[in-house]
Amino acid sequence: MPTPSTSNPTAPISGCASGRCGSSTQQIDELDASTAQRVQDHPCYSEEAHKYFARMHVAVAPACNIQCNYCNRKYDCSNESRPGVVSEVLTAAQAVKKTLAVAAAIPQMSVLGIAGPGDALANPERTFATFAELSERAPDLKLCLSTNGLMLPRYVDQIAAYHVDHVTITINCIDPEIGAQIYPWIFWNHRRVTGREASEILISQQQKGLEMLVERGILVKVNSVMIPGINDQHLKEVSRVVRAKGAFLHNVMPLISDPAHGTHFGLTGQRGPTPQELKALQDDCAGDMNMMRHCQQCRADAVGMLGEDRGAEFTLEKIEAMQIDEHAAMGRRIALRAAINAELAEKRAARHAASAQVIALHRATVSPGRPVRMAVASSTGAIIDTHFGHAKSFRILEVTADSVHTLGTRAAAQYCGGEADCGEADNTLARTLASLADCEVMLCSRIGIEPWGKLEAAGIRPDGSHAMEDVASAARAVWQAMLESGQLANAPAHQRRA
Amino acid sequence: MALEIIAGCVNCWACVTLCPHQAIIEAQPHFLIDPLRCTECVDAHATPQCAAICPVEGVIVNELGDPLNPPGSLSPPARFG
Repeated sequence: MPTPSTSNPTAPISGCASGRCGSSTQQIDELDASTAQRVQDHPCYSEEAHKYFARMHVAVAPACNIQCNYCNRKYDCSNESRPGVVSEVLTAAQAVKKTLAVAAAIPQMSVLGIAGPGDALANPERTFATFAELSERAPDLKLCLSTNGLMLPRYVDQIAAYHVDHVTITINCIDPEIGAQIYPWIFWNHRRVTGREASEILISQQQKGLEMLVERGILVKVNSVMIPGINDQHLKEVSRVVRAKGAFLHNVMPLISDPAHGTHFGLTGQRGPTPQELKALQDDCAGDMNMMRHCQQCRADAVGMLGEDRGAEFTLEKIEAMQIDEHAAMGRRIALRAAINAELAEKRAARHAASAQVIALHRATVSPGRPVRMAVASSTGAIIDTHFGHAKSFRILEVTADSVHTLGTRAAAQYCGGEADCGEADNTLARTLASLADCEVMLCSRIGIEPWGKLEAAGIRPDGSHAMEDVASAARAVWQAMLESGQLANAPAHQRRA
Repeated sequence: MALEIIAGCVNCWACVTLCPHQAIIEAQPHFLIDPLRCTECVDAHATPQCAAICPVEGVIVNELGDPLNPPGSLSPPARFG
């Protein structure tokens, strides 16, 4: 499958309890200085940046040279949002035109990625032609690509030549026995190779490619798909190895295996992990390596801020009609980026000052109330702007007296948006509730009366009173109200039930 | 002597860049092979390249109509347990 363009880390984080540290603002602060500087305006790598910066993927890479059991090369549905899904395949010239149009309309655009829908390096002509032209015409944009790694060693020098500074490799295993259960075949040296031999070649190419990129100073993120019963335990070892080789981030994503997608895993009943299983593995890996938890597993042609997709505004037909002043657009982007980075630097400085104060206060006071997990319906993660029933995913926050920490995002069970018509609305809601079982509060802009009742019955209190407010401020206010009403003296409802 | 793409092709493009004779035609509802250009790769490779990367069983056939990737040939082996 096309490697999801979601994205990756380096040295062990010190002074941070594993399990509390996502790719949070704190984490970015603690990356080494040069890496932090390079990821600060990349929405996929920095949880902080993704509220301010936008990214897009251009679908110039349709072909793929391996088969993954979690991928179906056939699927193309504009209602779906997941890696490998794309609406229109572009030539390099079309991709350049689209990128310049989007970057003129959305000055927050900072990153252009090639993530499929096949494999970026199985389509080297289109991929590198796109990079070549954009590095001339929009040199301020960061370029990144995602790959399964099979052809990586051959193209590392070209990747370096176009100043691509972020590469994502999807590495699901380093053991060919496990690989044989994930990859039925690869295309290698003009022939199809199957079974264990296929995985031996793929794994060896991935590891070699990773080493070569790190040698050249190119940031490498590793994506892994967590497949319960196949590679879930093994991914801890993968995390250790890729970190030792210099990957700067490891992004463990859940297997998506809806039978309706027609993948081998979907059709044979291989299940994906529960949110709790995913978090447990991410926690285990976080002891070794920076983890990234705000990954949205977006489409290979996603456009806009993370968590939104404005692709429909920029179809080929529409961009043909747009008049673009490339130079002026680049000026606007550079100015906006400078202003945002100055603002973020100020916030960072304030945060460090505040954390010093918090430590002092903690010593003097008694425990200020337990952490509360909340789910938020928000299109961008910044404002509570989404109706519960329209949310495609929920951000999961852990709120304490002095912090609002993002644990990750969870998809709402709502793939086609048309399930209500399929008579499956109840089933969909039940699946959503199951994925939010550990949350106590649902922050959303509005919610229907029926789901309201079901959420309450599941021990999740819906709260629409903070509509259109800033997520972090609202979460703090809700936590404070719970503290004052004595609700934080008891364990959360879901733990009492257990 | 030429291969043919038949219904079932999912237009994934994998064969297009591999064909040594640029014989694959981007078409709807599915891609096609130009019979005047296709040599079945006998002059270029040990095995026809389109069939060696095609992810779908049964959609590339020879002049007899026999699939180069017959049913079951690309499926992962069944899992036990």
